[in-house]
Amino acid sequence: MTDPNTLSPLDLETPDKTFLDANELVINMGPQHPATHGVLRVILRLDGEKVMGLECVIGYLHRGVEKIAENRTYTMFNPYVDRMDYVAAVSNGLGYCEAVEKLLNVEAPPRAQYIRVILTELNRMASHQLWLGTHALDIGAITPLFYTFRDREEILKIFEKYCGARLTTHAFRIGGLQYETYEGFEKDVKNFVSFVRPKIDEYEELLTTNRIWLERTKGVGTISGKDAIALGVTGPVLRASGVKWDLRKAQPYANYKNFDFDIPIGQNGDTYDRYIVRMAEFRQSLRIIEQAVENIPEGPIMAKVPKVMKPPVGEIYHSIEAPKGELGYFIVSDGSTQPYRIRVRPPSFVNLQALDVMCRGQLVADVIAVIGTLDIVLGEVDR
Amino acid sequence: MHAFLQYIQSYLDSDKTPGGAGNIFWATVYILLVFAGLSVAVIAMNWLERKILAHMQVRLGPMRVGPHGLLQPIADAIKLLLKEDIIPAEADAVVFWVAPFIVVLAAFTVFVVVPFGPTHAITDMNIGILFMLGVSSLSVLGIVTAGWASNSHYPLIGALRSSAQMVSYEVAMGLAVVSVILMTSLNEASTGTLSMIGIVQAQQAQGEWFIFKFFPLGLVGFFIFAIAMVAETNRAPFDLPEAESELTAGFHTEYSGFRWSLFFLAEYSAMIAVSSIAVTLWLGGWLRPFPNALTGPTWDLVFSLFPGITFLLLAVMCFYNTARMPKHPLFRVQTIGLAGFGVVLGLIGLILLIPAVRVRITDIFWFAAKVAAFMYLYIWYRGTFPRYRFDQLMKVGWKVLLPTGLVLLILTAIVGMRTELWAELQGAWRP
Repeated sequence: MTDPNTLSPLDLETPDKTFLDANELVINMGPQHPATHGVLRVILRLDGEKVMGLECVIGYLHRGVEKIAENRTYTMFNPYVDRMDYVAAVSNGLGYCEAVEKLLNVEAPPRAQYIRVILTELNRMASHQLWLGTHALDIGAITPLFYTFRDREEILKIFEKYCGARLTTHAFRIGGLQYETYEGFEKDVKNFVSFVRPKIDEYEELLTTNRIWLERTKGVGTISGKDAIALGVTGPVLRASGVKWDLRKAQPYANYKNFDFDIPIGQNGDTYDRYIVRMAEFRQSLRIIEQAVENIPEGPIMAKVPKVMKPPVGEIYHSIEAPKGELGYFIVSDGSTQPYRIRVRPPSFVNLQALDVMCRGQLVADVIAVIGTLDIVLGEVDR
Repeated sequence: MHAFLQYIQSYLDSDKTPGGAGNIFWATVYILLVFAGLSVAVIAMNWLERKILAHMQVRLGPMRVGPHGLLQPIADAIKLLLKEDIIPAEADAVVFWVAPFIVVLAAFTVFVVVPFGPTHAITDMNIGILFMLGVSSLSVLGIVTAGWASNSHYPLIGALRSSAQMVSYEVAMGLAVVSVILMTSLNEASTGTLSMIGIVQAQQAQGEWFIFKFFPLGLVGFFIFAIAMVAETNRAPFDLPEAESELTAGFHTEYSGFRWSLFFLAEYSAMIAVSSIAVTLWLGGWLRPFPNALTGPTWDLVFSLFPGITFLLLAVMCFYNTARMPKHPLFRVQTIGLAGFGVVLGLIGLILLIPAVRVRITDIFWFAAKVAAFMYLYIWYRGTFPRYRFDQLMKVGWKVLLPTGLVLLILTAIVGMRTELWAELQGAWRP
């Protein structure tokens, strides 16, 4: 990894002078605001329309998920993680289940692994579709929202058929899956892949070469690869800055090493590159799903896991590449049925701290674009 | 009594506008007609916008209130009128109170000179177009006062954006308008006109709409105006003053109920007003297609049948959809309502086919049809484009439209002069 001494200094403490020494305007954006994606509160210091600095106030959606974990058994805590990043609940579940499995030293059987990958990648697409719709809506294009939600519905239908829930799926269990796939699952997934491929072109047709979209996103909210690493930014935001870092390749988990896919990266680290990277990730997810659904092996779906889980004393950190970035679980076990401590490293929370760096010197309208492009979910930021 | 009737009838035979004829009775009637027509148009536009936008976005739009949501705008209007009228404690109450009225007044006053036909205007001013531009830009005043009086940050920024935007786009708009006024002076006497009716008559005399004049100069002027007018009315993609995602609701964030609906009314009537200017200046105003090429009583008859046939087609559409309504008893009222609506449209269509009505209405129909095309464009823009950022908006206004407008103006003048000189050399006047 990069040597910390070579990192660029992020001197955030030097405020600019206002133009003509006018008074700066302090605007309180949120927690009730149409474009802060939930209950984020941003305090903006403005010089006219120019942003001189901003501060995020979070915690409006704090539910104490990590504290709850200390009073639940490992199995009982599993549904709670779905409530953190509620638009990518399957990824949360995968990270948690794998972390506990690592602690218990068991491994899910291959059939379960394949189905996990399919569902997780479907969920990544659902998350990106929600991001695209709301991001475009923030920038003023209202139509893509309805297109993406129309297609996201198909993914949610597959989830619903599989486990009965659409958003907070609780699809995985520690050691594998609870449910065998329903009849026609593979056909549904294949149908979805062929259904959604032209739809992605449709989104791109609406936006990628749209003149106004280009002007609104190119050069907006730029962050260099160095700064991104220094701030701990991960996921598509990091990759758009030119850093080829994807945990699915870097530290393969589940059985991602069996699949052939690329990591799309950008160069400039601006909002447009992040858009392009995520659009490319749609297609890579489709590739993974296609490969996985062809080769689902037969076999059991649950590993041998004790009914009452008492992991050995110790600690574990396991992270996966969630749609928004690195989602890590740090679990300390004291040998009892309940975790001693669980700490979640949510990608949205860490990515959000780059907001100030990305917005300084830009205009108010860009703050909206940058909040959209960071793809934050407040349930995950506050936990 | 007899004298009064004569006074009323005397106007019907004249070929002037009521204002031009000095007939106060008919002027009042026209004012009421325009006001009522405009209000109906805004209500219809509200429904159409929601419906068309919905269909662009793969959804249905209003479907519950009345058949296909036809009564939705009325339900909304009633809701708005019944809502509590909140004046924020920190607001400047008087200015806050006055602001929406300034906007509405400015938006409605411009219709005094809009020519729906050679005689169908409230009055014909010799400075008509100047009057329109001048009065419509007064609405900036209302918006600025609204933003300032709210005494809140978001409205203030919205108002500042709005004033900057409207003022800067007016410059480009003015240049495009001047190029048209130059074109009107291409006649034997070399006298141009600023009168709205005069501009349309000039197009008729020269035998072509100004959008095709000096191709592509007319077209460029039209495009400049078409872009500037969207910015002027604060509509997508230039809807920054009320950019929902940034400023919640811009300058009318603090307004509620009736006052808010006044802003809404003003926005839509301003859209209709600028569209009327564009139609009058470039698209031949009330002139039917090919007024000079396809002449003669037969063609006159064919084109005068259009209004009636349009309404009859709408009625047929209504009946077709009545037949398609679900046969469930729950839908009975809606089915009857839609059929009734179809009957009303059909009756209007039949009335419009009566010769005496037909002759008087045909100009208004063509004018309204052209304006409606612009209204559709507005909705289409909203469904398609993302929103510009403030600095980009200013860049488009000052660095693209303004220089283009200046070049256009100079070129129009040169080409116009060349045409006149050529005509003089030929000895015969042929514009």
